[in-house]
Amino acid sequence: MKKIRIGTGQGYWGDRLDAPLALVSSGNVQYICFDYLAELTMSIMQKQKQRDPARGYAHDFVGLCRQILPQVKAQGIKLIASAGGVNPKACAEAIAQVARSQGIKLKIATVSGDDILDRIDSLASQGYALRNMDDGSGISAIRDRVTSANVYLGVAPVVEALRGGAEIIVTGRNTDTSLFLAPMIHELGWRMDELDKLACGICIGHVIECGAQVTGGNYTGGWDRVPDLARVGWPIAEVYEDGSAVITKPDGTGGLVEAGTVKEELLYEIGDPRSYITPDVVADFSEVRVEDVGQNRVKLWGAKGRPAPDTLKVSISYSNGYRAYADLAFSWPQALDKAKLAAKVLTERFRIIGLRPEETMFDYIGYNSMHGPLSEIPGNDPQEVRLRVAIRTKTAEEAKKLGPEVPCLVTCGPPQGGGYSARSTPQEILEYWPALIPAAAIEPEVRFVEVN
Amino acid sequence: MRRVPLVEIAHARSGDKGDGCNIGLIARRPEHYPILVAQVTEARVREHFKGWVQGPVRRYEMPNIQALNFVLEKALGGGATASLRADNQGKTMGGALLRMLVEIPE
Repeated sequence: MKKIRIGTGQGYWGDRLDAPLALVSSGNVQYICFDYLAELTMSIMQKQKQRDPARGYAHDFVGLCRQILPQVKAQGIKLIASAGGVNPKACAEAIAQVARSQGIKLKIATVSGDDILDRIDSLASQGYALRNMDDGSGISAIRDRVTSANVYLGVAPVVEALRGGAEIIVTGRNTDTSLFLAPMIHELGWRMDELDKLACGICIGHVIECGAQVTGGNYTGGWDRVPDLARVGWPIAEVYEDGSAVITKPDGTGGLVEAGTVKEELLYEIGDPRSYITPDVVADFSEVRVEDVGQNRVKLWGAKGRPAPDTLKVSISYSNGYRAYADLAFSWPQALDKAKLAAKVLTERFRIIGLRPEETMFDYIGYNSMHGPLSEIPGNDPQEVRLRVAIRTKTAEEAKKLGPEVPCLVTCGPPQGGGYSARSTPQEILEYWPALIPAAAIEPEVRFVEVN
Repeated sequence: MRRVPLVEIAHARSGDKGDGCNIGLIARRPEHYPILVAQVTEARVREHFKGWVQGPVRRYEMPNIQALNFVLEKALGGGATASLRADNQGKTMGGALLRMLVEIPE
């Protein structure tokens, strides 16, 4: 049966940079797909682009291309990356520069049309309200604070780019799974009405898109027996014509692929397992089977598909105040009691200096900062406890007032406090506004850049 | 019967979905799956996260992989980008669920 091997190069912007190297050197893959974009990432990139029109994309990808392009080219590996952010064109141009400097002939494609930041008002005037999917409110409530607005595009333009001979594809806000599904459709000859196969492709993409989370990272089921996490291998899906796949990793790498790692990732960040909604197909995971078939080899099959909705999801982010954090430690004896007294002192100090947060949170690191009310009070006098204070404010000026107050606790608070964090810079809070738009209102665009 | 924390018979992974969190809870052995179905109910999970999760809890059964998926609404204090929580993405909530006590045969 015909098959292809697809590897995951990055699970998010900031993932381990050397991850794709083992895929290139010993992965025996034909494609490597890279997901760089989270909701917040697009806002950060919009800001970069506003400051410099040549930026606004994941520049790490260009550095990676510089490193691996000769090998990738020699082996005929194709790269598909959502590294384009809000500026796929600039990203492609930067990669073209790399190819030119290395004397490599290359065909690059960009996929765009997802960025609707400049179209929000014209779309609204055409009756596309972009209402918040969670509470139904209209976008006018936040219109003047919107920082990015991107439609999740599906697989079609990526397949078009592959058919056009692209060797590297740089997209904007495509769904993570569409990056992986595209080579399956292109290489295995799947049709867009073969919904079960498409659903299998989505399921496979979903399982490997977060990188090492399926090869032994973050593995509750057996973390203490995962070998060599420092050299953990990024995942490879060996995908067959019928939609089944074997999930594995490059030979000689660390980590572990077993039924348990695949099951944990299959359930990662999903809602109703019968309705994993994408622009390409609605995938049903309720009959998916997972089976160990060899060392670091897990077979995955059985997803079912239903037609995709005629709407696309829009990810909008908007500015909504600031947050700041600080922390310091208190040591034995009575560490927790001292930290609690310090929290009381801080609350009173806020009143005295006129700091009025919209919300304040005190946590005790070493006791309850992760499991909150479920944490058990330490039975013995703990060795140390770290007081963490977090505030949310309307303005950056207000948030800045927190800075000097925490270090002062060393001399003005309970005894034996130390190791305070550096004065925190207030961060702008960017909130997420999910909306829907009819697919017909969006036209994805594929362009080619050739280096001869 | 013996009372044990869930971590003895199940493993879990959690992550954020807006202001909600999902927890995949997987039986360590197939014979443990019916125990999860019978004892780790929506009502018990809501009670377990009382004072933390502000919205409803929904449970989806996946006998195909001997797992349950829980979706907990309003769990993260406004969502990853707005939350003041130290674990703003809910990565440790799976571990928090594994504290729950269940009864298993001797």
